[in-house]
Amino acid sequence: MSAAGVAESLLALSQQEELEDLPKDYPLNPSEDEEDIDGERKHQKLLEAISSLDGNNRWKLAERSEASLKVSEFNVTSEGLGEKLVLSDLLGPVKTSSSLAAVKKQLNRVKSKKTVELPLNKEEVERARTPLEQEVFNLLHKNKQPVTDPLLTPVEKASLKAMSLEEAKMRRAELQRARALQSYYEARARREKKIKSKKYRKVLKKGKAKKALKEFEKLQKENPTAALEELEKIEKARMMERMSLKHQNSGKWAKSKAIMAKYDLKARQAMQEQLARHKELTQKLQAASESEEEEGDVEEEGELLVPDAVNEIQMDADGPNPWMLRNHSSGTKEARIQDPEQLPEPVAHETPESEEEERPGAEEEILLNEFEERRSLRKKAELNQDTEPVSRQEPKDSSSQEVLSELRALSQKLNKENQSGKQKVSSARTVRVVQRKDPTEEEEEPLLLHRPERAQTVEDLEELGKEGCFQNKEVPRSVLEGQQLERNPNNHPGAPKEKKKKEQMIDLQNFLTTKSPSVKSLAVPMTIEELEDEEERDQKRMIKEAFAGDDVIRDFLKEKREAVEASKPKDVDLTLPGWGEWGGVGLKPSAKKRRRFLIKTPEGPPRKDKNLPNVIINEKRNVHAAAHQVRVLPYPFTHHQQFERTIQTPIGPTWNTQRAFQNLTMPKVVTKPGHIIKPIKAEDVGYRSSSRSDLSVVQRNPKQLTVRHKNQLKKNSID
Amino acid sequence: MKVKMLSRNPDNYVRETKLDLQRVPRNYDPTLHPFEVPREYVRALNATKLERVFAKPFLASLDGHRDGVNCLAKHPKSLATVLSGACDGEVRIWNLTKRKCIRTIQAHEGFVRGICTRFCGTSFFTVGDDKTVKQWKMDGPGYGEEEEPLHTILGKTVYTGIDHHWKEAVFATCGQQVDIWDEQRTSPICSMTWGFDSISSVKFNPIETFLLGSCASDRNIVLYDMRQATPLKKVILDMRTNTICWNPMEAFIFTAANEDYNLYTFDMRALDTPVMVHMDHVSAVLDVDYSPTGKEFVSASFDKSIRIFPVDKSRSREVYHTKRMQHVICVKWTSDSKYIMCGSDEMNIRLWKANASEKLGVLTSREKAAKDYNQKLKEKFQHHPHIKRIARHRHLPKSIYSQIQEQRIMREARRRKEVNRLKHSKPGSVSIVSEKKKHIVAVVK
Repeated sequence: MSAAGVAESLLALSQQEELEDLPKDYPLNPSEDEEDIDGERKHQKLLEAISSLDGNNRWKLAERSEASLKVSEFNVTSEGLGEKLVLSDLLGPVKTSSSLAAVKKQLNRVKSKKTVELPLNKEEVERARTPLEQEVFNLLHKNKQPVTDPLLTPVEKASLKAMSLEEAKMRRAELQRARALQSYYEARARREKKIKSKKYRKVLKKGKAKKALKEFEKLQKENPTAALEELEKIEKARMMERMSLKHQNSGKWAKSKAIMAKYDLKARQAMQEQLARHKELTQKLQAASESEEEEGDVEEEGELLVPDAVNEIQMDADGPNPWMLRNHSSGTKEARIQDPEQLPEPVAHETPESEEEERPGAEEEILLNEFEERRSLRKKAELNQDTEPVSRQEPKDSSSQEVLSELRALSQKLNKENQSGKQKVSSARTVRVVQRKDPTEEEEEPLLLHRPERAQTVEDLEELGKEGCFQNKEVPRSVLEGQQLERNPNNHPGAPKEKKKKEQMIDLQNFLTTKSPSVKSLAVPMTIEELEDEEERDQKRMIKEAFAGDDVIRDFLKEKREAVEASKPKDVDLTLPGWGEWGGVGLKPSAKKRRRFLIKTPEGPPRKDKNLPNVIINEKRNVHAAAHQVRVLPYPFTHHQQFERTIQTPIGPTWNTQRAFQNLTMPKVVTKPGHIIKPIKAEDVGYRSSSRSDLSVVQRNPKQLTVRHKNQLKKNSID
Repeated sequence: MKVKMLSRNPDNYVRETKLDLQRVPRNYDPTLHPFEVPREYVRALNATKLERVFAKPFLASLDGHRDGVNCLAKHPKSLATVLSGACDGEVRIWNLTKRKCIRTIQAHEGFVRGICTRFCGTSFFTVGDDKTVKQWKMDGPGYGEEEEPLHTILGKTVYTGIDHHWKEAVFATCGQQVDIWDEQRTSPICSMTWGFDSISSVKFNPIETFLLGSCASDRNIVLYDMRQATPLKKVILDMRTNTICWNPMEAFIFTAANEDYNLYTFDMRALDTPVMVHMDHVSAVLDVDYSPTGKEFVSASFDKSIRIFPVDKSRSREVYHTKRMQHVICVKWTSDSKYIMCGSDEMNIRLWKANASEKLGVLTSREKAAKDYNQKLKEKFQHHPHIKRIARHRHLPKSIYSQIQEQRIMREARRRKEVNRLKHSKPGSVSIVSEKKKHIVAVVK
């Protein structure tokens, strides 16, 4: 055997060992191999075939799991090949040159190769067969939606990667906020749901019914077509009722009532009521049309009326990211909110409804919208700078879409609870939504069935299609861009109003500090929005007028800040300038020294009003000391400082000289014991004549006085 | 070799005589004596407590009268001599240092209504129910002499009070009218009336000696000028005034003891509003007397207590009572301003310290300094709640205590009613009248 033959055998051996790691049925790609290697391969295959002739598999012998005799340095074996190894062969110079390099290359290539992707029939999937499918694929491509990978579009991935640290942080903060909000609303909804009071429920239901009726009447006057729609909705509800047979005497409650009805008047009444309701609902209305389309609608509605959670669970099973996946149900709602102006008819009806009915829900919905908007704007700015030519305008939408979808999921979740209570009204709304998307849905049907996970994105697409890109696929990109630009301002006007609300709700801390931005940036003035805002603006204006000039809140905040500052313990600086170093004017003690002699006071306990933005709690007041303190300023003093000064001036001999002490403690009136104190005389206070102070006499009869006066003077002189 | 040494002036540390205090060098650097306020506060607190500990005002009870003591008079020249007249017509002269009666005179039949000493202190005058005014020698009769008045004036009506001029030989009596008498005459120089009711007391002004004031049963206080034939002016109050007393240090000021439990200090120039209304008694105030310093006065009340009021305060600073003391009819503040005497229904004259915790006797200079310091401290910290509480605390007999509570409730109810009336009437139609104005009915000139 030649040296080349040995080399071959060695090579074969090594190759086998490498290949064992790979799955056995994996065929080496023939195109990749070099030509000489091809020959070797053939040879090896031949050997294999020969070795397998005697039945037992030799491969296993070549494999070693632990140190054995067979792999000792003394007896080299070539058992895998069944050939004897000659020493001379081994001693001879090994030809490493080109053939080995090629092997290495191949090995590297093998190493670098990734694991096998399971669904290999990429081409198959991508291939569109029917024209409809082609259309759909086209659309998907246009929007860079992933066809095979259900989770993230490439743009989404790119945007994820492109996100900087700050942005990630911000986003996380936003998400946290949203989550907090969500939990808050969940708790609230739970609480409301827990209310067991039948009366409460009854009143709630009644109120809703009344409101709906009123609305309907109003609508009838204003917008007959919308009213007709509404009527249809009612009809649908009736049909649902009819199907559900809820008001027949089949329920548990109804059965129990039926038993009780014999004895209890109330139960009887309840039963009758229920029967009447049943009758009313199951009665077929004459106005109702019986076209097949409508039937289909009903069916669809039935699907839609199934709570969103059902869909969700399905997806949770296979989808790893619940945040992303939840989108699908919120999409429709979102679409409605995002572009209410798209459909001129329902808008008039919708806005008041959403105002009255969904106050709590709508609030945070729009607030979340606002989040999205901010994000999308930022993204847009970023992506515009991006030089990548592939996705110029799509990224704007899709990246924002990605963020939107998250937030949408949130809002949707929040709403779900609210909506469950208001099934009736919400059902009406969903119906309208369904109707709106009817034409598209028919087309999408196969696709939807095809990929249930992507339902969300498809719906999004449908929304896009609404805006124009769906009907004509060949719309140039510039047009698309323009439309998207149009869309953005449309989204805007709702935002500023809601911003304020959000801050009220979330930031307890910043509640006072944040200022509601009253400016609508680039909004095209929208009539509907204005109507909504008008009341609020009126109120705001009134408040502003009332408190014109004085910014009470800022003053208060300033005061609080000062109070907090004042209450903070101060550091004690014990540095003696000039001690141990040069001193003088303009010379400051060294930083080291200052550091050494600065006694830092420990942080006190947190203030009691730390979390109360509109309260200042004075912590200076010591209850024990207060018992000894004067509460009211005593009478002769007009200012507390006067009083404090009198208290602070010590009068004792410890603080004063003897003379000062005597003067300070001198009593106002000193009496000597054993001395008679005579009444005061005019002479004592400096008056010479006693009659001068005799005012009353002077006034009365001055004539008589003069005589008397003289007499008195005489007497005084005698004395 | 030069030796350096410290040298000091001996004047700085050597006292001149042995009796001098040792010179103590002191450093008054305030940083060496921190916590001035807390230390002084504690001192003040201690002083206040000690004041209450040592507050033992009752000195002596002079007994000997066989009926209720109706009137008291101070001797103008002798601090130790006090005269008293009883309801049985007996007049006694007491020596306060010995706390003994030195002389007893059966002066009148029936009550001794009034007693006053002459400004020179040689004689005194009494009036009684027997319609007589009698002048007595201050000194007792000599051995073998009979106890007889110097002069006796028989009047037509009963005299209810008498007061002597502070400088001249003139005295005034009151009854149906105010009579001004010359000592040498048996008929009054002039008699003045304003209204027809009986006048209960007349008092000369100690400073403007020609002025005198009287109070009558028809609820008025009338001021007279001795040099005129007609009264000056009068003020009518809600209820009868029992006595008035002039402030010996302020000529215009006098205080009236009223039946409505209050005392009113008036400025005679503006009678329409009293300077101060003194409230604390729970029954009619029967007598009032000024301290010779003019800063305080003492009042005797039918509620069996006497109270000391500062002139400028509406509340009393002190109340004296004992179990055995009944309705106090007369009260006097001695001329050295240290003691108070009161005569009451149950025939005793009681001697009190004017300052309840004052140490009697001679004080050393250090004691005096300490006393002054403590007094000043108490003054300084008087508004502090603890000190105030301790200083104000007094034990009261149950009757007085409950009366106070009761009257507080009544006053509160009245106030509330007033407020309600104000609240529910047309604005401006009803106004709240201040306590000072409330009791003055009219001023007539």
